[in-house]
Amino acid sequence: MGAEFVALSLPPILIGVLVAVACALPGNFLLLRGQALIGDAISHVVLPGIVVAFLLTGLVATGPMLLGAAGAAVIAVVAIEAVRRLGKIEAGAAMGVIFTAMFAGGVLLLEQSDTSSVHLDVEHALYGNLESLIWLDATGWGSLLDPVALAGLPVELPRMALALLVIAVFVGLFWRPLALSTFDEGFARGLGIRTAPLGLALVIMSAIAAVAAFDAVGSIIVIAMFICPPAAARMMTNRLGHQVAWSVVFAVLAAVSGYVLAGYGPLWIGAQASVSAAGMIATVSGIILGLAAVAGPHRTRNG
Amino acid sequence: MNLALVTSRDTDQAVRVASPLAVRGMTVSYGQTPAIFSVDMTVRAGAMTAVVGPNGAGKSTLLKAALGVIAPLAGSVTVFGQPMAAMRDRIAYVPQRTSVDWDFPVRVIDVVMMGMYRKLGLLGRVRGQHKALAQDCLDRVGMADFAHRQIGQLSGGQQQRVFLARALAQEADIYVLDEPFAGVDAATEKAIIAVLQGLRDAGKTVLAVHHDLATVPDYFDDVVLLNTQVVAAGPVAEAFTEANLQAAYGGRLTTARVDPESVAG
Repeated sequence: MGAEFVALSLPPILIGVLVAVACALPGNFLLLRGQALIGDAISHVVLPGIVVAFLLTGLVATGPMLLGAAGAAVIAVVAIEAVRRLGKIEAGAAMGVIFTAMFAGGVLLLEQSDTSSVHLDVEHALYGNLESLIWLDATGWGSLLDPVALAGLPVELPRMALALLVIAVFVGLFWRPLALSTFDEGFARGLGIRTAPLGLALVIMSAIAAVAAFDAVGSIIVIAMFICPPAAARMMTNRLGHQVAWSVVFAVLAAVSGYVLAGYGPLWIGAQASVSAAGMIATVSGIILGLAAVAGPHRTRNG
Repeated sequence: MNLALVTSRDTDQAVRVASPLAVRGMTVSYGQTPAIFSVDMTVRAGAMTAVVGPNGAGKSTLLKAALGVIAPLAGSVTVFGQPMAAMRDRIAYVPQRTSVDWDFPVRVIDVVMMGMYRKLGLLGRVRGQHKALAQDCLDRVGMADFAHRQIGQLSGGQQQRVFLARALAQEADIYVLDEPFAGVDAATEKAIIAVLQGLRDAGKTVLAVHHDLATVPDYFDDVVLLNTQVVAAGPVAEAFTEANLQAAYGGRLTTARVDPESVAG
């Protein structure tokens, strides 16, 4: 638990925690609005965005990929809204139509284009590669105070920290109108709150979390963290503020224990190799949800 | 001709300035057919006005469009002659109880505090005076003991009282209510009407969608009979007539709950 931990395990654990919290925060409001699937949708539609960015630039670089992913997310959000309003159908159905179509388009693009020579595949988009985000410059805990060593941190760490900061500030600043318009949109509009731009801003925040996270951890964690911690938290309390706090606790718990279980769990039961950290983190969040559904104090409706 | 036009516009401007809520030419459509068409409504200050009409007549739509909750195809709204956007602080709104998810994780007191959003703003601190006001509003609707209950634990009537308490917390001059008596118990109906009449007696204006024709003359001063368009409007004694009701309900009056004794004229 010294130099090796700081170099090999600390960065992925921190990134996992940042991703989990960044997704869980907006996830609370998406869940209560019946829009929880939007996280699923966004994390799928980034695939065609990445592929198009690769086809245009020929590079597997973070910058163009983030731009491509963000562009695809924006197109998806606009398309979902358009289908929902023009078709007058519920949001879930609109999301289902758009994100499956865009993800399928991404898979086709990927197969038709010559991406075999580079590391760009569906598995990577789904599971990410959390374990590879190591900090080779670290020589021990002291490296956390060493500017030269800190410069060698995986770029995903500061990027994810920035994304979480933006999301946390948004949720903190707009807490009241978010809560109001989520509970009673008609009343909120009567107060003069512009609920449509606010709802769009919430979706954009979710897209920021999903796009910033997909490269590091893949879409499995993103999808799980948008839904599982807030859903589990809802069954622990009947107050919105407490629910959000519980969801953050659950998200951190899932990220840390999921990473540790993936790395050491198989060894404890006699197996040789470790398992996917992203998969284990998502699984742990699902187990937490299951436990809350069985034993949470507020798991029944109306009482 | 020009002169006549100008004069009528000036007269209407004077009417609008005196009215807490004046709607002109309001048209709303959800699809091909309009839900309400070219509705004019001038609410009288210090009176209780009922909006009455058959199902699908556009009663809720009229309220929502007047408050800017939904976007109309055409029409204008003024509050004491001013645009709605500048007068939001003076209007309290009670939406239909069934329009929200009552499993939402909030307590009764939190819902009432929502009525103070325009006073508190984004980050304004909740002080003792705000909490005291919220508690007082709950007390006025007889729900003081329920402040810390989760809203899902309430009965329909109790939920409606909490919605009314939230509107009271807005400390407005005009109270707009959508079906406040729908699906509530008799005790709640009495409590709500007492609060609304108290508001009226304090000089406030009340506008409510109402579905029980029998109680219109007891509860309200003015009435607007609506069936996509305005059929009749004015003081209950003049507008709430058998002929007007038949016109508004188009022969469906037998299915509506009406007490012939209570109908004027």
